[in-house]
Amino acid sequence: MSRHTITLTVNGALHTEEVEARLTLADLLRERLDLTATHLGCEHGVCGACTVLVDGRAARSCTTLAVQADGAAIRTLEGLAADGAELHPVQQALWEKHGMQCGFCTPGIVMSLVELLERDPQPSGEAITETLGGHLCRCTGYVKIREAALEAVRLSAQAGSGTHTPEAR
Amino acid sequence: MKPPPVDYAAPETLDAAVGLLAGDLDAKVLAGGQSLVPLLSMRLAFPDLLVDLGRIAGLDEIRESGRHLVIGAMVRQRDAETSEQVAGRCPLVVQALRHVAHPQIRARGTVGGSVAHADPAGELPAVAIALDARVRVRGPEGDRVVPAAELYRGMLTTSLAPAEIVTAVEFPVDGEGSGSACVEVAPRAGDFAVCGAVARVSTVGGVVAEARLALFGVADRPLRAAAAEAALRETPAAEAPGVAAALATEDVAFADDPQIPAGYRRQLAAVLARRAVAQAVEAAA
Repeated sequence: MSRHTITLTVNGALHTEEVEARLTLADLLRERLDLTATHLGCEHGVCGACTVLVDGRAARSCTTLAVQADGAAIRTLEGLAADGAELHPVQQALWEKHGMQCGFCTPGIVMSLVELLERDPQPSGEAITETLGGHLCRCTGYVKIREAALEAVRLSAQAGSGTHTPEAR
Repeated sequence: MKPPPVDYAAPETLDAAVGLLAGDLDAKVLAGGQSLVPLLSMRLAFPDLLVDLGRIAGLDEIRESGRHLVIGAMVRQRDAETSEQVAGRCPLVVQALRHVAHPQIRARGTVGGSVAHADPAGELPAVAIALDARVRVRGPEGDRVVPAAELYRGMLTTSLAPAEIVTAVEFPVDGEGSGSACVEVAPRAGDFAVCGAVARVSTVGGVVAEARLALFGVADRPLRAAAAEAALRETPAAEAPGVAAALATEDVAFADDPQIPAGYRRQLAAVLARRAVAQAVEAAA
């Protein structure tokens, strides 16, 4: 099978990897780059646990082949806040509002909410619902996640615009 | 749940892509991958070669040509959905895209991919047949235009030759006094529709001048409700939803499976045809 050399940016760091065409972006992140915050649930695009940002957009890393991400800028949960540093407002809000239980779905939800807030700092309730609709959570019933999303909007506004731009990370 | 071994090429021109497809009958076009990669992962598809259209310039443009809105095959569904041009000229495309999976999938999924994949539960194929869209295709013999009415042949099956590639879809723009709607019933938001309906209606002085109505998720391909459309012409707008409900299911052989019996689909189709036409009439007024 053909092998392909790809170059992509992950959380600001440039990586060049030789991959088989069938390797998914999720497996590249987890197995090659050891970025295991990106979780794999269903592996066919339904559950949303593997959601990362591809060129600024929340997308499923399990239904994106690594070769398709050649040249792309990828952001994962690991890129949001360094160890010991201040959490991203979305992370902070999920903590404060107890927006998780087992936590398996959380990394994907965080990345989707990060994208939503970067696109629209004051998203409508409908937009939040639509965003969360792309994620399966079997623990919480979503009430606390919604509360956390609303809290993240408040915390982001408080932190001031420009603090959490993609370029800064 | 990992894709099988497969070769991959990312040509930079359409003709190179056509050449690769022509040279390998088990090659498959890769657009956004939001249907194909799951099919690979579930080992339901075993192509030899993936021909990725992602590096070909010019397939991701939205423009107007005469009375048509031309959406390039590689326009991401999310880009079409959030385009003011699409919303202004052919709102049914936006209304339908809102039902296509989740925003995180529409970020990668493409308009051309959805039209070419021919999922019977797909929203965009239904829009394409309802509006008589024209599907632009490049193949070994050059370019041709396929009327959407001639595209769908069955479950995940189109009339395109193996080496033909959809390059753009041309949707007729809305005229004065027209309104549209896409409605569906799915087990959960973003899931495949059990049944859905798209409608575009234009009214003059409270009377239907023209009506387009198509059903999806009901059979092995999207279906135009021709009898309902014919009866809707000259019907007072207030009576249009009832006419649509009464006639939309005529001559349809509804898909039947243990979870969703044909009778239930038939009932849903009547209800959704009524809702789609009611919403379209309201938007047209």
